[in-house]
Amino acid sequence: MKKLILFALLSISFIGCQSKTEKQEQTKEELAKKPISELSIYNLPEKWTTQNGTDIELKELRGKVLVMVMIYTSCKAACPRLVADMRNIEKKVPKELSDKVQYIMVSIDPEVDTPERLKAFAKENLMDNDQWLFLRSNDQQTREFSAVLAVNYKKISPLDFSHSNIISVFNSEGELAFQQEGLGVNNEKTIATILEEAKKVK
Amino acid sequence: METQQLNVMRYCFIMLLGVSITFAQAPKNMARINAGSYIPLYGTDDKLPVKVDAFLLDVYPVTNYEFLTFVKNYPEYGKSKIKRLFANKSYLTEWPNDLNFGKLDPQSPVTNVSWFAAKKYCECQGKRLATLDEWEYVGMADEKRIDARSKEEFNKYILSWYEKNNTYTNKVGQTYKNYWGVYDMNGLVWEWTYDFNSIFLSGESRKDKDTDSNLFCGSGSINATDLMNYAAFMRYAFRGSLKASYTTKNLGFRCAKSLK
Repeated sequence: MKKLILFALLSISFIGCQSKTEKQEQTKEELAKKPISELSIYNLPEKWTTQNGTDIELKELRGKVLVMVMIYTSCKAACPRLVADMRNIEKKVPKELSDKVQYIMVSIDPEVDTPERLKAFAKENLMDNDQWLFLRSNDQQTREFSAVLAVNYKKISPLDFSHSNIISVFNSEGELAFQQEGLGVNNEKTIATILEEAKKVK
Repeated sequence: METQQLNVMRYCFIMLLGVSITFAQAPKNMARINAGSYIPLYGTDDKLPVKVDAFLLDVYPVTNYEFLTFVKNYPEYGKSKIKRLFANKSYLTEWPNDLNFGKLDPQSPVTNVSWFAAKKYCECQGKRLATLDEWEYVGMADEKRIDARSKEEFNKYILSWYEKNNTYTNKVGQTYKNYWGVYDMNGLVWEWTYDFNSIFLSGESRKDKDTDSNLFCGSGSINATDLMNYAAFMRYAFRGSLKASYTTKNLGFRCAKSLK
């Protein structure tokens, strides 16, 4: 009898899993059909290169909550703290929601931040897993993206930039949901927004 | 036979000559700006001169008529079509519809355009927006001098324009022609620059903050330098307050091009 129940449970969970993946694929298809909203960053057509050297379009991230920050890897002042802020946010998001949230670091120094360099930076900072995505493009696209995020930056010497310290949260449709400005600031609202938006993801 | 060949060669030579002359000159309605350097009033840590490479700049800001031609070719930049990510609601607000600028003068500068639209316009002409440094470098020239920023008259002219309303309804090319042969850098409309969002006036850059306090505190007498700083401060503060989707009636743009 016990075995039978176990078998029944297993098969239910198995069916459950199957239907879940099917459902996920269905929702992906549905998503692709659904028009991109006017305020979505998925209106930006450009390609970006990841720390693994693969090219992606932003809209491939559709369906996930995005937590984004603009940094450069040779930065010694604000960036380590921004990276720490990102990590603190990631730590506070429950594990069961982790496949619905993507943490993204966008380089404002594409000349120096090659995919190899981003990869090394990811490893150094123990961010070399699927949760973390490092992106770089060219100067022009980076400037455009910073304009979308309302992040200001300026090269002040060959190796240094001034930049605003803004962490942005986008909902699964790529619409800006919340921005946290400053270093080491209270991240409660940021996390609340992430949780709220992640729970909406099917 | 030989004469014919010679003629062909002659013809080619003349053609080549023609081509090289065309390349040496700036394209129609663009002025060549020679390389140089200037000390910006904001944004550098050390107050060292910033180098500007030689480039081409539109002689006039882009007009309503020119922008209409662009919208006809790129309907997605029409006032009803543009995505909110790229322009706020006041985009081309005085245009009655997508393909008509209404009562605006065709030769007046186009305004109520977002940074995204301005950038796209320039790209579609094979050009780009001028960088902030390029703009300031050209904008500091008066009729005769490359750098007129220390001249009281020049600063008074700029500041008196800042106080005027609705100069955007004037036609392009009616202000002074500057040293480089460029019109309307001051006196008509404010202009988008490529890296308008490279400004830090909120205290993120300590040096800028110092400059701000220098401006507001302890300025016992008003001399040319104060006026110059004030005029530049107005421009930088305005740029610093912008977001790329913003549009206002006194903000237009012109395009630039790098020289290879």
